[in-house]
Amino acid sequence: MRFENVGLRYGNGPEVLQDVTFALGPGSFHFLTGASGTGKTSLLSLLYLARRPSRGLIGIFGRDITAMKRDDLPPIRRRLGVVFQDFRLLDHLSALDNVALPLRVAGVSESDIQKHVPELLTWVGLADHINAKPPTLSGGQKQRVAIARAVINRPDVLVADEPTGNVDDRIAFRLLHLFAELNRLGTTVVIATHNETLVRRFRFPRLNLAGGGRLEVLPPLADVEEGAAEGGSPAAPGAMAGVGPVPPASLAARSDG
Amino acid sequence: MIPFFAPRANLPISADSTGRYLPWLVAMMVFLAVLALAGALAVGGVLDEWRRDVAGTVTVQIVPATGVDPASARAETDRRVAQALAVLRDRPFVASAEPLEEPRLVALLEPWLGASDLVRDLPLPRLIDVRIAADARPDLKALGETLREAVPGVSLDDHQVWLAGIIDLAEGLSLLGVLVVGLVAAATAATVVHATRLGLEVHREQIEVLHLIGAHDRYIAQQFAARMVGWTLEGGLIGLLVAMPTLMLVSWLAADMEQGLLPPFSLSFWDWMALALVPAGAALLALVTARMTVRRALRRMV
Ligand SMILES: Nc1ncnc2c1ncn2[C@@H]1O[C@H](COP(=O)(O)OP(=O)(O)OP(=O)(O)O)[C@@H](O)[C@H]1O
Ligand SMILES: [Mg+2]
Repeated sequence: MRFENVGLRYGNGPEVLQDVTFALGPGSFHFLTGASGTGKTSLLSLLYLARRPSRGLIGIFGRDITAMKRDDLPPIRRRLGVVFQDFRLLDHLSALDNVALPLRVAGVSESDIQKHVPELLTWVGLADHINAKPPTLSGGQKQRVAIARAVINRPDVLVADEPTGNVDDRIAFRLLHLFAELNRLGTTVVIATHNETLVRRFRFPRLNLAGGGRLEVLPPLADVEEGAAEGGSPAAPGAMAGVGPVPPASLAARSDG
Repeated sequence: MIPFFAPRANLPISADSTGRYLPWLVAMMVFLAVLALAGALAVGGVLDEWRRDVAGTVTVQIVPATGVDPASARAETDRRVAQALAVLRDRPFVASAEPLEEPRLVALLEPWLGASDLVRDLPLPRLIDVRIAADARPDLKALGETLREAVPGVSLDDHQVWLAGIIDLAEGLSLLGVLVVGLVAAATAATVVHATRLGLEVHREQIEVLHLIGAHDRYIAQQFAARMVGWTLEGGLIGLLVAMPTLMLVSWLAADMEQGLLPPFSLSFWDWMALALVPAGAALLALVTARMTVRRALRRMV
């Protein structure tokens, strides 16, 4: 996945992103940081193919998506898992049907859906809420439904926009462990966040958006209070209460639809 | 509500009230379309009969000349017949024009007048049997006028002239029926487009999510089209259900005055079949319209 001199402007406004150039190796994990309004969501929306850049090149899975016809994009979108900043769950569907959506769209059989989806929901600690509708779920529960939907198809790339924006640090740590877990299974992960504690705790390289829409690639932020924080290192298994340490076998084995 | 069309609970696009008015609108439109189509079909059926009446043959009648001398009167009548024949044979739409020979005329009259020599001496009207060319549309009224000017005492069969006039009217009515069906179809399509657009607006969020998780336009369009087809079928069946008894009533009333001038209002088996298919036609129209509307809207997304 690579960006080359990518620029983005909304309408006739100024360029929100300017000459953004970076590459994400397969199986890498990056934080996307930057002050509010610097263009993190804009950058991610280019990554998950919600819009096209005003200029520059975007390569995904070795293909130049800026040159692709829109009819060819859905198969690529199915290899991406997205956790939106505001979850974007469908309120009229149960947790199960929300998570099943990418599978239904891909034409996966109903029997496979009934087998894998409850398994994943159980794994993210929502065994008791499989048939609950999003409006009846807590923020953290919704977040886990959104994450389950993003990973159910075993995406090659996971994009999460402020996935810890409205939960406390404890849940934030848990969710990050989940992403680290997926990353260990081979998924390329990009996470936009404001939470410096997280960035310090999970020492992954950073993409930092400075003012003026320019992007710099930075090394992991050093944890100044190493060992002092509760919960242990990111590699520590079992850190997530209510979330099993090992992802379900079906998730690990699934090939995309 | 017909339970068969109740939406599945786990469709990605939520059920909503944006199109609840659709079945009722479609019911009214299908009702109108069925009546208009029935009218067009019934008139069309009668038209065929009438055209056959007019198309086949026309009879021209020539009143015999009268005079003191029967021989010269007869010669005058013969001359008139020859004149009329000349005018008739000059017309492009006349395939043939043959005078009925006197012996045949007498034979035709025999049952009423008997076979006496007296009959032979009576000044009988002469008849010319005119065969109209196949698929010609003769203006019989004009022909009658031309004949009358050229030959004294000539007349065209009244009934056929009258029919020729009414055929024009009937064709107009039949065309009007088809036009009404077309207009109703256009209005239905416009309604479906509007309901679909409204649905797209209401469900914008859901559509965007489906789009971003890799749904093809076809899949999203199908979600909408299925709902539109359900609503349209529902309304169409209601419209048909109301239109059928109405038609039967009209049919029954028309049968009551069969003795009148107008031929009976009647529909063939196939006509009834065509009418029963109107709701299916409306549903098909809704399917195509909704799909096209959604896909056009989606093309604006990246
Ligand atoms: N749809 C849009 N139309 C016009 N301008 C937009 C649009 N979306 C974002 N912007 C502008 O682009 C800039 C970057 O916005 P963006 O949402 O990418 O920031 P962000 O880094 O995600 O901020 P935050 O951390 O608050 O989520 C902002 O100045 C914003 O006003
Ligand atoms: Mg943002």
